[in-house]
Amino acid sequence: MAPLRPVSLDEIESIAIGAWILGTGGGGSPYLALLNLRRLYREGTVVSLMDPADLADEDRVAVVSNMGAPLVGQERLTDPRTIAQAVRMMEEVIGQRFRAIMSLEIGGGNSLQPFMAAALLDLPVVDADCMGRAFPEAQMTSFAIHDLQMYPLTLVDVRDNAVVVARAASWKWMERLSRTACVAVGSIASTCKAPRTGKEVRECAILYSTSKALRIGHAVRAARRAHEDPILAVLALEGGLRLFAGKIQDVDRRATEGFLRGTATIDGLDDFRGHTMRLAFQNEFAVAWLDEAPRATTPDLICVIDTVSGDAIGTETLRYGQRVTVIALPAPPILLTPKGIEHVGPRAFGYDLDFVSVFA
Amino acid sequence: MRRIGIDVGGTNTDAVLLEGDRVVHAVKTPTTPDVTTGIVSALERLTASMPAGTGAVDAVMIGTTHFTNAVVQRRDLTPVAAVRIGLPASASLPPFEDWPEDLARLVRGEVFMVEGGHEYDGRPIVPLDTAAIRQAGRRIRERGLTAAAVASVFSPLNPTCEEEAARILLAECPGLSVTCSHDLGRIGLLERENATLLNACLVDLAGRTTRGFMEALIRSEIRAPLYITQNDGTVLPAEQARQFPVYSFASGPTNSMRGAAFLSKRDDAIVVDVGGTTTDIGALRHGFPREANNVVEIGGVRTLFRMPDLLSLGLGGGSLVAPEPLAVGPLSVGYRLTERARVFGGPDLTVTDIGVAARLLELGARERVADLPASLVERTLARISGMIEEGVDRMKTEAAPVPLIAVGGGCFVIPERLAGVSEVVHVPHQAVANAVGAAIAQVSGEVDQIFQGLPREEAIARARELAEERAVRAGADPASLQVVEVEDLPLAYLPGNSLRTRVRVVGDIASDSSAGR
Repeated sequence: MAPLRPVSLDEIESIAIGAWILGTGGGGSPYLALLNLRRLYREGTVVSLMDPADLADEDRVAVVSNMGAPLVGQERLTDPRTIAQAVRMMEEVIGQRFRAIMSLEIGGGNSLQPFMAAALLDLPVVDADCMGRAFPEAQMTSFAIHDLQMYPLTLVDVRDNAVVVARAASWKWMERLSRTACVAVGSIASTCKAPRTGKEVRECAILYSTSKALRIGHAVRAARRAHEDPILAVLALEGGLRLFAGKIQDVDRRATEGFLRGTATIDGLDDFRGHTMRLAFQNEFAVAWLDEAPRATTPDLICVIDTVSGDAIGTETLRYGQRVTVIALPAPPILLTPKGIEHVGPRAFGYDLDFVSVFA
Repeated sequence: MRRIGIDVGGTNTDAVLLEGDRVVHAVKTPTTPDVTTGIVSALERLTASMPAGTGAVDAVMIGTTHFTNAVVQRRDLTPVAAVRIGLPASASLPPFEDWPEDLARLVRGEVFMVEGGHEYDGRPIVPLDTAAIRQAGRRIRERGLTAAAVASVFSPLNPTCEEEAARILLAECPGLSVTCSHDLGRIGLLERENATLLNACLVDLAGRTTRGFMEALIRSEIRAPLYITQNDGTVLPAEQARQFPVYSFASGPTNSMRGAAFLSKRDDAIVVDVGGTTTDIGALRHGFPREANNVVEIGGVRTLFRMPDLLSLGLGGGSLVAPEPLAVGPLSVGYRLTERARVFGGPDLTVTDIGVAARLLELGARERVADLPASLVERTLARISGMIEEGVDRMKTEAAPVPLIAVGGGCFVIPERLAGVSEVVHVPHQAVANAVGAAIAQVSGEVDQIFQGLPREEAIARARELAEERAVRAGADPASLQVVEVEDLPLAYLPGNSLRTRVRVVGDIASDSSAGR
C-alpha cells in the first residue's frame, strides 16, 4: 500500500485552477475555498491525498459537496466548519467512522471542499470524484449511473440547521428533497452524500480526477510563466478542441429553483469573425450552438476561458465584453455510455438533441 | 463652449484649454507635493494665453491618479473600521482577507463582525445585531478612528442592514465618514467589501485633495463648476466625487486613451502612453478603452471595478538607466526629473537623458550627456523598443498589425517602426492627451432599479430610456448618447419576474447647453 501523499499549498493552488476549468462554468469559483485553505495551511495544516487503489473494500468514504447557487456562494462565503459538520453528522447517522473524504465533483469549488473538511477532521482526501467535471443535479454522477444507493444524505447550514434525508425513492427524489432543504436555508448548504465503501469507490467513482485537475493547473501556470498560451497548453495536455473565440455580446441569467439558468451569446473574433456562438447553461454550460447549429453538448466538457489569462470563467461571472475562448474537453467514459447519456446527456437538461461527441 | 481639462499625474500636471472641439492651448508643469501649487501655476500659464475679454470658462475637469497612487505607494491612507454584517455566515474569511500584509497593516483600524445580513431571497440571515453595531461605534470613538466601511451580505439586493448600521455608527460617532458597500455595487462580498475599505481609507485624502483643487480654482480666479473625471470617461461634480474616490481610480489612463482617440480621430488602435514613471498600454475599441475581463487588482487588492484593460510597464521619461548590466526602470526619479536628471545637472541617468543624447527631444543641456557612449544610447533604445513591442503584442487581440497612437510626455522613446504595428500615429498635443481626455469627458446618466412584470428586453429598454433622460438633464447632447453598461440581476424572491436592472449611458456635453452647470 502506497503511503499517503502530502499535498502542498502550491499544489492546491494548481488544483484550484484546473478544477475551475473542469467546472465547465459551474461548481462555483474555487477562489474562496482556496482562501480558506491558505488560512488553514498558514495555521499548520497539511492535507494528504490517498490513492483510491489503497482503499480497503469495507472502508467508508465520505462524499462531500457545497450545494446551491454559485451566485449565493459569492456572498455567503464557504466555511470549512460547515462541511466538516456535515461529515461528522453523517458519521452519527451511520454509526461508523470514515476512512477518507472525496469530492462529489472535481469541477469548481467543490474540488476543494474535501480538503477543507479533511483539514478539520484529520482524514485523507481520495484522488477521485463521481462527475469528472461539475453537474447541477444529484443523479448526474457515476454512482447514480451505477445504480448505487442514494441515501442517506446530511445537509447543514451556518445557523446550525441540519437535515437528514434518511431515504429517497430515487435519485430524482433525492435531488428534489435535498434541493428543497437547500433552498429553505438560503440556496447554499454543506452536504455529505450517501457514504461509499472502498470497493464502490474503486469500481464506480471517476478515479484520479484530483490529479487531473492538478495536472491541468500546473500546465496553465507553467505556460503563463513561459509567456505561452495557457489554453493551447490545456488542449495539448488533455486532447481538447478549440470550439470558438470571441467577445461576450449578451448574457441572460435567471435564478430559478436554486439554479442559475440562462444563455450567453458570443460574437466571433479573429478566425471566427462573422460567426456567433450561443451557450445555454444550468449552473454549468450544457449546449453550445455555432450559428444556430448544435456544436457541442453535455457530457462533453464545454469550458469558457479568458482568452488572455487562461482562467476559466463561471456562468455567474460572465460579463458583456469579455474576450473568451470556448473549448471542449473529453468526458469520462462512464458518462458516454447509453446509461450515462440518459443521466447527463442533452435530454437530461431538457434539450431535444442527440448527443454527438465533438471527439467522435 | 470653453472647457479646461487638467490631469494631475505623479510627475506632471498638464492642462489644456478647449474651445469647442479645438485645443487652443496646452501647458505642462511639474506636479507639486501639495498638488494645488502645480495646478495654480498650470492655470496661470493657461489663462495668460487667453486673450483679454474672451468669455468665461464653462467647466473645469480634473483627472487625477492621486488616489490610485496613494494605495499603490501606501501613503496618506486613513485607518478604517471594517464592519462586516453577516454572521454566522462568511465567518471564516474576515475583512482584509487576501490583502497584501503591508497595506492591511496601514488600513486595518479595527475589524467588527456582526450578526445580520440577508439571503438572496430577501429574508434576513439572522436579525441585525444592533447592540453589537452600537458597541462597535463606541469602540471606534474610543480608538479615534475617523472612517468606517460597512459591508453586509447581499446588500446590493437589500441595503437596509447597512443603512441601519450607518445610522447607529453616526449616532455613536458624529463626524465619522461611513462608506456603505451597496453604494459601490455588485454581488461578490469580498470584492465589494475591498472596494468599500479602499474607498473609506481614501475619503479623507479625497476631501483634502478636492479642497486643494477648489482652492486652486479660486486662486486662479476661475469661476466655473469643477468636475472630477471617473474611471469610465465621464465626470461627476467635485462635491459628489469626493465621497467616492475609488470611482476615479483608473481615470488617468481612461483620460489618456480617450484623449488619444479624440486627437487622432481614430476609434480602434493600441494606445501607448509613456509617462514619467510608467508606460500604460491599452486598446481602444470604438473610441473607448477596452475593459479588463476579470477581477481588477489595485495595489494588490481584488475588486470588481470596471477598469480599462491596461498593461503597465515600469518605463517612463524619468526611469533610471543602469549601464552595466543594462537595466531600464522600474525605479524612476518621478516628479524630481528637473533636479535629478543629468540634462538638468542632476546625478541620475534617466531615459530622458538617453532621449536627449539620441536627439529624440530637446530638453535641458545636451552637453551634459555628450559623454554618454553611443553604444549605450543605442542599446538602451533597443531595450525600450523591445519592452514596448512585447507589451503591444500582449495587448493585441488579433494577429494583424494595428495602428499605435503614441501619447504622453515620454512618448519620444517610441520608435517609428515596431513589430506588429501598422503605423505609429503621432498627434498634436500628444504630451497632454490625458488633459484633453479630461476636457472632453462626458456626462452620464444611470438607472439602477427593480422592474417588475416586464420581460427582460422591455425592462432594459425602459431603464435605458430613464438613463437617457437623466443624462440629457445633466447636459448631454441627446444625439451623442451611447449605452456603456447593461447589467441585470434576477431577483427570484420578489413576485412577478423581478429584475434589478442597471443601465448607464454617456454622452458629450451639449455645446449649446449651459446645463451640467
